[in-house]
Amino acid sequence: MADLGGVQEREERSIEVEGRDAETLLVRWLSELLYYLDAQEMLFRRFQVEELTGTRLRARAFGERIDRDRHDLHFGVKAVTRHMLEIGREDGGYRAKVLFDI
Amino acid sequence: MVTNRKRVLQKIDDWRWLLPQDYKAGMRVPGLIFASEEMLDIVGEDQAIEQVANVAFLPGIVKYSMAMPDIHWGYGFPIGGVAAMRIADGVISPGGVGFDINCGTRVLRTNLTEEEVRPVIKTLMDQIFRDIPSGIGGHGQVRASLKEIDEVLINGARWALEQGYAWPEDIESIESGGAVPGADPDKVSKRAKERGAPQLGTLGSGNHFLEVQIIDEVFDPEAAAAMGITGPGQVLVFIHSGSRGLGHQTCQDYLDVMEEATERYDFRLPDKQLACAPIKSKEGQDYLAGMTAAANFAFCNRQLITHWTRQAFQRVMGRDARTDLGMFLVYDVAHNIAKIERHRLDTHEIEVCVHRKGATRAFPPGHPDVPARYQRIGQPVLVPGDMGRYSYICAGTQQAMAETWGSSCHGAGRVRSRGEAKRVLKGVDIAHRLQERGIYVRAQNRALLAEEASEAYKDVALVVDVLDHAGIARKVCRMRPIGVVKG
Repeated sequence: MADLGGVQEREERSIEVEGRDAETLLVRWLSELLYYLDAQEMLFRRFQVEELTGTRLRARAFGERIDRDRHDLHFGVKAVTRHMLEIGREDGGYRAKVLFDI
Repeated sequence: MVTNRKRVLQKIDDWRWLLPQDYKAGMRVPGLIFASEEMLDIVGEDQAIEQVANVAFLPGIVKYSMAMPDIHWGYGFPIGGVAAMRIADGVISPGGVGFDINCGTRVLRTNLTEEEVRPVIKTLMDQIFRDIPSGIGGHGQVRASLKEIDEVLINGARWALEQGYAWPEDIESIESGGAVPGADPDKVSKRAKERGAPQLGTLGSGNHFLEVQIIDEVFDPEAAAAMGITGPGQVLVFIHSGSRGLGHQTCQDYLDVMEEATERYDFRLPDKQLACAPIKSKEGQDYLAGMTAAANFAFCNRQLITHWTRQAFQRVMGRDARTDLGMFLVYDVAHNIAKIERHRLDTHEIEVCVHRKGATRAFPPGHPDVPARYQRIGQPVLVPGDMGRYSYICAGTQQAMAETWGSSCHGAGRVRSRGEAKRVLKGVDIAHRLQERGIYVRAQNRALLAEEASEAYKDVALVVDVLDHAGIARKVCRMRPIGVVKG
């Protein structure tokens, strides 16, 4: 959506989502970020996870409002889809594949 | 690697292909794909045919799971898909509408010629780019409160008229008069309204656009004249936009509801993204009312964009948009929507919920829902191509009514993903290439234009030809762009 290099951490939001499994949590989490993009013009560059269970995620998101003069903006995202959604472990970490509707 | 599935199709004629009902156990009806033989290579390559088969599983589906020639894969339903379900026992599915509820198009005619506009095209597009926010991070000039949003959800384009953003004649030139009955603002979440409110009057991004176009060729002079189209060289405006964050959130909200409902009603579906509920159930009725509300938001949005487009023309040309430039609305159609409609099936009438996802209504001459001035020619069908080529206006036919629930294609259809298009066009300055061909483009991010370039899309002429030959939609005229605003 934007080049994060130009995004500063001027504001923060506390975000909580619940879901029945990891995939649902991921979709809901990303959808929350979209909500903040559309409703409050927020771009986030850093996240701090405070609680993560199989069914709940609570985190703080740091970023700022869109500045069309300063930020290098790309396309908006309409929605997070479940199409070909995958979360798997890789190299001691996680790898997720999500398709966005643009 | 995906096997090309075109070999499972049976040829009905040069433009129609049957996907037999026994292709996959669970299909309640066969599939019917409109395409030319040449297009089938592309059609068969991705998951689109499989998706046509999957839609046929849905309870209450009548006749066929259909696909228009611009078909390509989507989530659940293919884009370019049409499916009608009986009201009595059928389901409604958000995947059959899409995230961008009432993404659609409209065309304005003008009295201007290419000679008059060419010298100022840059100034004109720059003005439009300033006045109508596109891309991300722009908010509309209308600051609607949440209460006003509720009125928009019920009254659609009529709200715009009440606020002074429309001409009275606009309303009858919009599908469903710009406000589909049955909308309920309470069925749209507060979140959706908060996402949508700042975006009322904005174009959006991705494949949305506003184009200043020139009539290239007229195929049906009588129909063109009814639309206020005089001939080659005439300037038109083509607008493509949808329900913005409000629609996207509404779809998201109901996908969750429908997933749970699908389990509860014990529907066995081959794809979770076909999540649905019986039309008559509470979930079904709630989605119908919420989706309809979001659709009305989109009609209003395109009307507001129209208002500022007229203002921009007026300012740059120094001539009155109405009395001098004659910038009347030809028509406005939805291409992501589900509607309750009455149709003839064999010898009787049936009430169905028609899902059109990446497909446009195309009602015939004489239909009561077609505006008076189009009664003789049929409903205008607006078919945008990619920004480097051309677009079409067609007209609905009796054949479409009989065969496709009065539906037609909606555009060119993608052949390359955004990533592929970028790779293929690496190093190519698309804006410059367009400029060399006499097309001035303004975009928030020029580097991303590759994703929307001609290489990413089918040739819309081929799409339209299929339906013209099949008798589904008659070609009326073709236009080419000279100015483009993209998000």
